[in-house]
Amino acid sequence: MTAHRTRAATAPGRTPTSLTQGTQDGLTKGGIGESTLRPDGILKVTGEFAYSSDLWHEDMLWGYTLRSTVAHARIASIDTAEALATSGVYAVLTYDDLPTEVKHYGLEIRDTPVLAHGKVRHHGEPVALVAADHPETARRAAAKIRVVYEELPIVTDEASATGPDAVLVHEHRDDHHSGHVPHPNIVHRQPIVRGDAAAAAARADVIVTGDYVFGMQDQAFLGPESGLAVPAEDGGVDLYVATQWLHSDLRQIAPVLGLPEKKVRMTLSGVGGAFGGREDLSMQIHGCLLALRTGKPVKIVYNRFESFFGHVHRHPARLHYEHGATRDGRLTHVKCRIVLDGGAYASASPAVVGNAASLSIGPYVVEDVDIEAVALYTNNPPCGAMRGFGAVQACFAYEAQMDKVAAELGLDPVEFRQINAMEQGTVMPTGQVVDSPAPVAELLRRVKSRPLPPERQWETTEGADVRALPGGLSNTTHGEGVVRGVGYAVGIKNVGFSEGFDDYSTARVRMEVINGEPVATVHTAMAEVGQGGVTVHAQIARSELGVTQVTIQPADTQVGSAGSTSASRQTYMTGGAVKNTCEAVREKVLDIGRRKFGTYHPAWATAELLLEAGKVVTDGGEALADLADVLEGEAVELELEFRHRPTQAFDLRTGQGNGHVQYSFAAHRAVVEVDTELGLVKVVELACAQDVGKALNPLSVVGQIQGGTTQGLGVAVMEEIIVDPVTAKVRNPSFTDYLIPTILDTPTIPVDVLELADEHAPYGLRGIGEAPTLSSTPAVLAAIRQATGLELNRTPVRPEHLTGS
Amino acid sequence: MDFLRPATWQEALAAKAEHPSAVPIAGGTDVMVEINFDHRRPEYLMDLNRVAELQEWEVGEDTVTLGASVPYSRIMESLRAELPGLALAAHTVASPQIRNRGGVGGNLGTASPAGDAHPALLAGGGEVEAVSVRGTRMIPIDDFYLGVKRNALAPDELIRAVRLKKATGPQQFSKVGTRNAMVIAVCAFGIALHPDTRTVRTGIGSAAPTPIRATTAEEFLTAALEEGGFWDNGKAVPPAVARQFADLVAGAANPIDDVRGTASYRRHALAVMARRTLGWTWEQYRGKQQDERNQPCA
Ligand SMILES: Cc1cc2nc3c(=O)[nH]c(=O)nc-3n(C[C@H](O)[C@H](O)[C@H](O)COP(=O)(O)OP(=O)(O)OC[C@H]3O[C@@H](n4cnc5c(N)ncnc54)[C@H](O)[C@@H]3O)c2cc1C
Repeated sequence: MTAHRTRAATAPGRTPTSLTQGTQDGLTKGGIGESTLRPDGILKVTGEFAYSSDLWHEDMLWGYTLRSTVAHARIASIDTAEALATSGVYAVLTYDDLPTEVKHYGLEIRDTPVLAHGKVRHHGEPVALVAADHPETARRAAAKIRVVYEELPIVTDEASATGPDAVLVHEHRDDHHSGHVPHPNIVHRQPIVRGDAAAAAARADVIVTGDYVFGMQDQAFLGPESGLAVPAEDGGVDLYVATQWLHSDLRQIAPVLGLPEKKVRMTLSGVGGAFGGREDLSMQIHGCLLALRTGKPVKIVYNRFESFFGHVHRHPARLHYEHGATRDGRLTHVKCRIVLDGGAYASASPAVVGNAASLSIGPYVVEDVDIEAVALYTNNPPCGAMRGFGAVQACFAYEAQMDKVAAELGLDPVEFRQINAMEQGTVMPTGQVVDSPAPVAELLRRVKSRPLPPERQWETTEGADVRALPGGLSNTTHGEGVVRGVGYAVGIKNVGFSEGFDDYSTARVRMEVINGEPVATVHTAMAEVGQGGVTVHAQIARSELGVTQVTIQPADTQVGSAGSTSASRQTYMTGGAVKNTCEAVREKVLDIGRRKFGTYHPAWATAELLLEAGKVVTDGGEALADLADVLEGEAVELELEFRHRPTQAFDLRTGQGNGHVQYSFAAHRAVVEVDTELGLVKVVELACAQDVGKALNPLSVVGQIQGGTTQGLGVAVMEEIIVDPVTAKVRNPSFTDYLIPTILDTPTIPVDVLELADEHAPYGLRGIGEAPTLSSTPAVLAAIRQATGLELNRTPVRPEHLTGS
Repeated sequence: MDFLRPATWQEALAAKAEHPSAVPIAGGTDVMVEINFDHRRPEYLMDLNRVAELQEWEVGEDTVTLGASVPYSRIMESLRAELPGLALAAHTVASPQIRNRGGVGGNLGTASPAGDAHPALLAGGGEVEAVSVRGTRMIPIDDFYLGVKRNALAPDELIRAVRLKKATGPQQFSKVGTRNAMVIAVCAFGIALHPDTRTVRTGIGSAAPTPIRATTAEEFLTAALEEGGFWDNGKAVPPAVARQFADLVAGAANPIDDVRGTASYRRHALAVMARRTLGWTWEQYRGKQQDERNQPCA
């Protein structure tokens, strides 16, 4: 396999290039269902891949963002004179320098100031920008900007945010949720009421309640926020940036700059991970403002510290649940209340609320429910999209509850789940009928029937291998105090954008002959954030068009929107768009063939025709023409949009509505070993079974499942942004103290992939990226509970929670 | 910032005498972090990497002279027998990349209470060879740590080496972190048995403003072992003795609550580590004694 890189002569350096790929050996087809390798894989492992932080331009300036040092304050004054006078500084901008009337942005609610206006609402909010000829000069000049803050009282949780004298985080709300929320510090509220939970509770033999706390997780992507804005001669700007959704960025950027969208040309740069953290804008508008002000290219790269303030996090949550069941193990009802902390700005909070509410009871059949989810405005760091999106927090709580109820009934926890497992045809609390396979009981059966990993794997003839023990290389135990535990969990996640959103993707596909060979070029605006879209798009084109060579063009805004790389939707949506467009291109190619060669063979008119191995063939396998001959002197190019089935908004009072497109399911079994004296945990194995509908690329499917599983493990035992409850300041914005799993923390992750087709989806596939992130966390927690006998209602668990010290 | 690059030890000493504010840089795994975060903006940076002798070590009759810049990975690989406690501690530092760069000189230079070499150095015993154009001082390790990130070096002094006692008995090192590798200590503990002097020494990390010894615990254990004749009879240490030792170690600490852990957890964990590492070292000592007893007489 070779990956070619081409570069336009005038473009800045280290910008994205097309990825051209044939098949690995020339024998396999490289089509869907094969584990073809990533076209950018070798570039990435050899360090050659150009990430957005590598962008470079002759003559460029460096931008720097001054951020608030306090969580909530009135800005009495900002003095930029000294910073501006610093040699090497080209511009210093504050709110007053914004060029148009549009000074805010936001995914759904435009509540986020481009630069703080009169007030800061959270620690790390952007206050001013500097452009200078050296990053160090920019940083030092920013330190000379004198901001006088008059601190305001803060709100940090539900009690303080909705109490009688609560300070309002946003004083003059007029967004579309402001009319129906019970308090201005509640971004959005979604109840779901179905059946009669109170009456059903009377039928229950056992009722179990629980209160749960989910800590603030960070996406912790490895490539920090970065981009390069280059002013153009037409007064517009070219922006190269790592993001998740180019067109959503564009919609928010252009009005602030006062430019028509076509004059803000965006190109996706190398993205070093995203996980939801690049749905919101970071440096995009800032970089463009500085570039347009100075007339020079401006690059902004956050360092790790700033990155923790540069993107939203996963909503921390407090969840209250009540489950009832009859003696025979059937759930009677569920009541729950989920309070998500959205922090200072709305970001994706409303959609996270919708997800948390609609998926709050898990993949179970419960006819009588009373559900409420809210997101708060507080002075904590803003929270928004992260892999699992509201379903993660709920899964942690409802799965803990399922174990508790099973224990109360004296039932095996897996069996209890299987008794209540949903299946195709089950009605969701929203009234939506699940109309494709939902193999919940089967997934649980599969993880449970796996043989358990051997006990005491640390024992070797030379003594204890500490790498296999809790504490690892830190050498804290040689087996003392170590107890094994096993836990199970299963989850449900929606795929694609919900609640009536017009969700579509666009693909442009071109087919032509180059050097005597038929080749396809695929151009979309899909953000490749590591999920493997660039791999499957080529596979789809090969399968549909019978070519070997496929070029994937860099994603940009010169083609229609591909929607976000989130909600597990990209293979479904942009993959679906590529498939659709390829099918239309194929028809055009066949038309050309009929025109050119139709008279030579009757099958041109009568048979079902396919494109295979560079030829037009009949469904009977007879070759009619070489594609190279058909396409000689002609190229076919089409750009088409693809939509999934429409969805509906949830009723604001009852939560009823066909809100989701598709559901995905994964189950985990966790085997942990806990040093019960020191409270240290070693996850020994984390087995997963997941239904993927159709594995377009089995290797990437397993990679996604293992990655999601590991991210779920992280928030079970270590990952948490710690916010000081008194000051609302972030206490651990670094990889020294925000810990993510290392290879020694990551267990073997056997993956069992089911392929039960969803007839509504392209190729029958199911979005897969998020589901494994859900059940991983509660499975690990359940295993730790089994090992320790502790209740553990909070994640992540820390050693002191396990030792009681 | 000026960058000084002495080619020899003598040049380095002369440069440090001329510019006492110069910050030496060895592996740079602390210095570069501080510079990148702008916690420190020294006028002069002095690169010690051309001074070859700092990368060397010498094993003598009773001592090991360990050059200040010998990286952790070399200590792990080559000095396991002579300096078992330090080798174990070295293995817990950061990641392979950092262990290939960082060394004990830098750990001492930073003198962070969380530095992993310190508990092992305190337990093993040794001296820091501090050199200036004025001459050489041997600073006992016990006197080296003065406060949070403050050490006993004079402004014109550099560390040439640490002179460490070769192990005469088993040594252990344990560290609690909330991840199974690549983690800064929540707290750490080192222990060394010294059968030659019939003493036990300890070191505590990350649980006081400086790395410290748990001297009361050491004295208690040394006395208990002596009284019971344990050094000779090779019996197991009674659980009550181990427990009291563990409690005294916990009592010696003066920890705080921070993002990495609570003070009470640190005390608790120190007691567990003290009890376990005492068990491991003592069992190893007994095993060795037994082997010696079982040797056929010549
Ligand atoms: C990712 C990461 C993880 C880490 N994890 C750990 C860990 O788990 N445990 C741990 O203990 N540490 C850890 N550290 C800190 C660091 O690696 C150690 O403190 C290391 O021992 C420093 O050695 P160095 O040679 O790199 O020191 P440098 O950074 O070069 O120097 C450190 C200090 O010592 C001074 N100095 C260096 N040499 C001399 C000398 N010869 N004479 C006088 N002063 C001198 C310097 O001026 C400076 O003040 C980590 C660092 C990083 C970046």
